[in-house]
Amino acid sequence: MNPQKLVAQFEQKARAVSAVVKTMAGIDDALAYAVNVCAQKKACAVLASGCEYALSGPAEELCGLKQWEKLMAVPNLSAPDIETLTVLCRDSGIGLIRQGLAAYAGGIDVGLTMADFAIAATGTLVLNCPDEDLRLATMISEVHVAVLRSEDIYANSDDAADRLAGFFAASDYTAFITGASRTADIERVLTLGVHGPLELHVLIIDASTSS
Amino acid sequence: MQTADNLRQYRRQLKAALKNEFQRTALDNFAVAYRDGREASFAGIDRTGLIEQIGTLKDVAMARLDELFDQFREKAEAAGAIVHMARSDTEANELISRIAAENNCTRIVKSKSMTAEETLLNHFLENQGYEVIETDLGEWIIQLRHEGPSHMVMPAIHLSRNDVSRLFSEVTGKQQDTDIEKLVKVARRELRQRFVSADMGISGANFAIAETGTLGIVSNEGNVRLVTTMPRVHVALVGIDKLIPTVSEALLVLSGLPRNATGQAITSYVTWITGANPSAASDTGKKKMHIVFLDNGRSAMAKNPVFAQALRCVRCGACANVCPIYRMVGGHAYGHIYIGAIGLILTYFFHGRDKDKNLIENCLNCQACKQVCVAGIDLPRLIREVQKQIIGGEKGLLLASMAAYVLKRRRLFHAFLRSGRYIQRPLAGKTGYIRHLPEVFFKDHKFKMLPALAEKPFRDRWDPSRFSPAHPKYKIALFSGCLQDFVYPEQLEAGLELLLTANVRIDFIPEQGCCGLPLYMLGEHDAAADLARWNIGHIDPKKYDFILTLCASCGSHMKENYPYLLETDAGVRERAGQFAEKVIDYSSFMVLAGSVGTANAGTKTAKAAYHAPCHLCRGLGVRRAPRALLENAGYEYVPNDEEETCCGLGGSYSFKFPEVSSAILDKKLGTVAETGAEILVTDCPGCVMQLRGGAVKQERPFRVLHMAEALKASLSHV
Repeated sequence: MNPQKLVAQFEQKARAVSAVVKTMAGIDDALAYAVNVCAQKKACAVLASGCEYALSGPAEELCGLKQWEKLMAVPNLSAPDIETLTVLCRDSGIGLIRQGLAAYAGGIDVGLTMADFAIAATGTLVLNCPDEDLRLATMISEVHVAVLRSEDIYANSDDAADRLAGFFAASDYTAFITGASRTADIERVLTLGVHGPLELHVLIIDASTSS
Repeated sequence: MQTADNLRQYRRQLKAALKNEFQRTALDNFAVAYRDGREASFAGIDRTGLIEQIGTLKDVAMARLDELFDQFREKAEAAGAIVHMARSDTEANELISRIAAENNCTRIVKSKSMTAEETLLNHFLENQGYEVIETDLGEWIIQLRHEGPSHMVMPAIHLSRNDVSRLFSEVTGKQQDTDIEKLVKVARRELRQRFVSADMGISGANFAIAETGTLGIVSNEGNVRLVTTMPRVHVALVGIDKLIPTVSEALLVLSGLPRNATGQAITSYVTWITGANPSAASDTGKKKMHIVFLDNGRSAMAKNPVFAQALRCVRCGACANVCPIYRMVGGHAYGHIYIGAIGLILTYFFHGRDKDKNLIENCLNCQACKQVCVAGIDLPRLIREVQKQIIGGEKGLLLASMAAYVLKRRRLFHAFLRSGRYIQRPLAGKTGYIRHLPEVFFKDHKFKMLPALAEKPFRDRWDPSRFSPAHPKYKIALFSGCLQDFVYPEQLEAGLELLLTANVRIDFIPEQGCCGLPLYMLGEHDAAADLARWNIGHIDPKKYDFILTLCASCGSHMKENYPYLLETDAGVRERAGQFAEKVIDYSSFMVLAGSVGTANAGTKTAKAAYHAPCHLCRGLGVRRAPRALLENAGYEYVPNDEEETCCGLGGSYSFKFPEVSSAILDKKLGTVAETGAEILVTDCPGCVMQLRGGAVKQERPFRVLHMAEALKASLSHV
């Protein structure tokens, strides 16, 4: 399959499971997009999702754990990207964190991560994340924004088997992520955002347009 | 969880389940939605090929479990995990409790694991003083209610938003809304603090990849990821049947599992864990990672030539999704811990004969599970085999051995049937139905009218001279089956009349007896094999082009089960195969013989709905022929979504479980009524008995006809 078709198939499959998919000209656009998502978020309601509801004592305390500013987790971004982000975030009143994410289990607004690759057939992102902070950024953030390079899309999981086996050759944690966290456990009604992100945004940096 | 001591108690539990209106509606909606969702998710995929591949690769893996385990252990331990093997459920629970104690853990978060349900791990740990919190939403809900799951994938499908709202109000001490989205958010928040404070996480696993020592876990909610990340200790409890040689093979199974489970191309998350990963909460900076493999009878199963294939199961739950009984009674009444068809089988091996002895009887043999299984397990066959073992342990099951005695003696059996028509006279009059059944024996069986025996059986009405053309196109042996011979001879006569001009020679060999299916269904496999041998002995397949039957049940049994039952009998094995080859159902033969022309097509004389007998559509794989015949004969064929759902007869099933049989029948008749059909046509006298009996009793506005009767009625109009 040619690269454009792979991108198109990935987009279609990912959107089918409620992911937001955007094509970006380059990494700077992607960073700006993520900051914008974070800035546009309604602070409290979405920020500490669940805090507005009646909760038991201990669960309510958790809302207090959260610092009342917006937070973006950026565990695996490169140093130059962090610099760019720092400038963008300063203007938007957003804090950036790279480590120690476990302390923010109450909720991080946006987790911005780079994806290793994707699988077009199912609209799946693959993140090699033995690093605990990287893992947590994709779990406890209310919105997960993932950056994917268009040349890193495989047609199907079988094509990626060798690469996965490579990840698994040593101690490892790898995540397949397809859409947002979901459940249908109550009356089979599909509900997004149970234990993981409420939203997944995939930003595809298209090599052909960015070069 | 089904725990009845005897069949009587079990039937009481089933009756109670049938009265649960919410569950009935929920499961009904699910059954329909699942069917469509699954179809859509497999679009563009060679599903048959995939099922075959999964079955084969699992069989190969199960044959080398020891080797795979050693390889997995070596790889996983090299990556920092500690791998254990538990021979029994108790051993697994004790191991896990010891790991918790050694690591000073007290608060445990858990993600869903059927294996942990199997070992009753939560109860064990709670009794030891540990706090165990289920974090999958459905599992948490049922844990709070002190219930077991009612479905392997959707454990709380039996509960309503109101039930959950009331429960969460109790748990949080604050009044909760009934809005599902809000309830989910409350759970998210309540459980998030549990992840933070937990010191141990317990998960299951869907895959244990030997070549890399990697666990693969599927989930939608994301709780698995938190369970395996936030606490400093992770214990995975994994059945040894989850061992799989390579990454590629795990990915292949993964391409079928979620599609078959929920109609998803893939779950939101698939988590792949190899060894011990970094963990900030751990004093060493590395996760304490333990993998406990559970045998609990699996390695013995793997060595059993009949039951090894049960280990192919990937726990997708599909066999429950399509089961007409599950749809009526739900998982608490249709499983001990494992639910659905696979549950009927695994319960015997994992939880013992006593827990399974009632459950195993609760199967219609409708084959819907076999058709849907993503690993190609012949579930109905294994259910019969377990039943045989259970009965074998209970010498002298009166009904079955009496039936075996009588049915094997054709003259005696036929003499019984002949004398029956004198006995029934005061009960039946001339109505064709048995009107006055003795209340004491039949109080649960009044949901349908039972047919009376015919005045004269087919065998006494048969005139061979009408079907002896000089140069026949085909030579046919007619297999009548007992029901059409003694109860519905008019079906056979109608069917044959349409073949008068087809230039076929038809022989009816009077020595033929019962096909043996009723005995097979009662677990009397030896007696069923005797009958197979008898019929094969009297009808020589080499002399005929076809062995024609108008009974889909006899047809399917002879085609599929005769070779199986006689597999080990070197003397007749070959002939059984030849016999099976020649068996053909009526609709298929009519299409082949071309006796129903297209002259009537499009005249739309009457609206006809169709009921596909289980033994025809799934047993014999015949789908197109009957619909084509109806249209060619001039009927306006009106399809409905439940055409291939069992009518609820299941041979002796409807006598064992009349309340379930009747509920399935009601549903069926209701669906047909909605089509506005004037006649309901089917290809099996058993289905006619059930459907007609119900339709007459309920005074439904349509008549029930065998295909032969329907064709004759339409074609004689011309």
